[in-house]
Amino acid sequence: MFKVTGLAARNLARYWRRTLLTAGLVVLGVVAVLVFISVAGSFKSLIVGQITDSMLGHIQIHRRGYVASIDNLPLNLNMSPGQVAKVEQALAANKNVEAFSPRIKFGAMFSNFTETTSIRLNGVMPSREAATVPLLPKRLIAGSAADGLVQRGKILVPRILAHGMKLKVGDTVVLVATNLDGSVNGKTFVIQGVLDDVTGPGGRDGYVNIEDARELLRMNKPEVSEIAVRLKDPHHIDQTRAALQKALAGVRNPKGEPALEVHTWERLTPFSNIAHMIDLLDVFIRVMLVGIVLIAVMNVMMMAVYERIREIGMVAAIGTPPRRILSLFLTEGLLLGLIGVAVGTALSLAVVWALNVWPVHFAFARQVFTLAPSLPLINITVIGVIVLAVAALASLQPAWKAARMDPIRALRHT
Amino acid sequence: MSLVTAQSLSKTYRAGHVDVQALKGVNFDIEPGAFVAFVGPSGSGKTTLLNMIGGLDKPSAGTLTVLDTDIGGLDRAAAADFRGANLGFIFQDFNLIPVLTAAENIEYPLLMVQDWPADRRRARVAELLEAVGMSEQADKRPDQLSGGQKQRVAVARALATHPKLVLADEPTANLDHDTAYRILELMKRMREEFGTTFIFSTHDPKIMGEAEVTFTLEDGRLSDKGGAHV
Repeated sequence: MFKVTGLAARNLARYWRRTLLTAGLVVLGVVAVLVFISVAGSFKSLIVGQITDSMLGHIQIHRRGYVASIDNLPLNLNMSPGQVAKVEQALAANKNVEAFSPRIKFGAMFSNFTETTSIRLNGVMPSREAATVPLLPKRLIAGSAADGLVQRGKILVPRILAHGMKLKVGDTVVLVATNLDGSVNGKTFVIQGVLDDVTGPGGRDGYVNIEDARELLRMNKPEVSEIAVRLKDPHHIDQTRAALQKALAGVRNPKGEPALEVHTWERLTPFSNIAHMIDLLDVFIRVMLVGIVLIAVMNVMMMAVYERIREIGMVAAIGTPPRRILSLFLTEGLLLGLIGVAVGTALSLAVVWALNVWPVHFAFARQVFTLAPSLPLINITVIGVIVLAVAALASLQPAWKAARMDPIRALRHT
Repeated sequence: MSLVTAQSLSKTYRAGHVDVQALKGVNFDIEPGAFVAFVGPSGSGKTTLLNMIGGLDKPSAGTLTVLDTDIGGLDRAAAADFRGANLGFIFQDFNLIPVLTAAENIEYPLLMVQDWPADRRRARVAELLEAVGMSEQADKRPDQLSGGQKQRVAVARALATHPKLVLADEPTANLDHDTAYRILELMKRMREEFGTTFIFSTHDPKIMGEAEVTFTLEDGRLSDKGGAHV
């Protein structure tokens, strides 16, 4: 006893070399797409994770105009204590906010008493900063954050600076900063730790305690330059940003404009362009897969119809309903797609497994990353559905042709 | 009451820029249970006539009634349904599906045309294999069968759905003489066993003698109706 699916499978096996070749092409396409998605996704998550978890946070809130001038670290665009209080209120009310950290960002002259250079600094509340950017303490390549990320009177310096000025933990340095009113102030700090450099904005900044920053800058009021926010679910970043923007819309400047801006990490780092390019490549390679499956399956199904014209004539002559003939050829095309998806997914999983067992390391902007690709079920499902849908689409025209064939002409075909 | 009735049946084809009259005003009646041969040389209109009786082609003029149905008036889908419900076909080239076994070829119309349940299909296939003497070859594929065996399977397939009428276009043309006779004997026996009407075409004068009724076609015209030869 046989079923339509069994008959379709046997028809595919009839020209097994051609079937193998076509299925092989589909397999190749599926493997290429799934492995690319997996590796590119891993690369993207690594870099994005590094940027958000060790520097930027997922969202940042600034006074209006601050981000446009962020390269100058303008002290005159800090948020006032009243604005900070409203931001903290809005953040506390948002359920997707896990932690947030106020920062004072400023530039200073950095001296070890024999050499002087410039440095960008963040004045932070140690425990809140560590909760907001949990990878920051892990960037310490010398020193310790065991007694607090950065204690009063101490400084975390970037590796490039420590290396260039031959500094080590425990050394004393001087910071000289220009205040808001234009006067200059200096203060000595002891190096608590050396931070590894990371890619992106702020990746080579130093860190001091926020109270020391205020003292150095002679701030009378507890102003902050930015508030970095960590989310519980980063996938809902856009909704959270919109909710915060809405909650802060009532905070206005003297001109009656919104006084605060809410930005996601993508707005604050050029890597977002690379991330978008990866997304674009992802779309491109999916389109390639559609092309491969469409051409391969359509070609083989058109050949199948052409080679079986007499057979189609016979089945039509004995009264097989056209819809049955259509479904037979559609099933053959779908089976080709199914074989491609099944074998392609199995091979892709094997490749991803191998990449985890024998990890691939790669350098990106002077950092070495280790890929840890994974293949979520949703990606496998989406690719599977795409391949099957395209295989069905590619079979439709030949199947329709077979179903509409005139039995007499078909039976006469030689 | 006649099973098949043709009145002034004509068929004209367009071949390039020329009209070809394949049938010219043919009249005949075929009774239920008959074993009928249409005979004549190549190009006399036999295949055209069988195609029209089978609802595969439409008359250009005249009427053709099969099982009380004006077969020429059916549209494509209705004609397919009519064939599936009432007719069986045997082809000169056997036209078995190469990837199916003998049993599965017989089963094909039961599944794909009439959607019988599995247990009934199984029983019917076994009955037909037994009837045509092919039980031993049930699991063989067409490329493992001789010409005669293939045509036996084709006869069984044509009878699978209990058709009232089986049409066979030159069923013995590709067989040697002895095998051809055996196939005709089988068809006759099936007619006796299942009460099915058989209409076949042939250009072989020796084979035409096996029919109970013969209609001779010449140049698209019915020139003679022979009586019972059995």
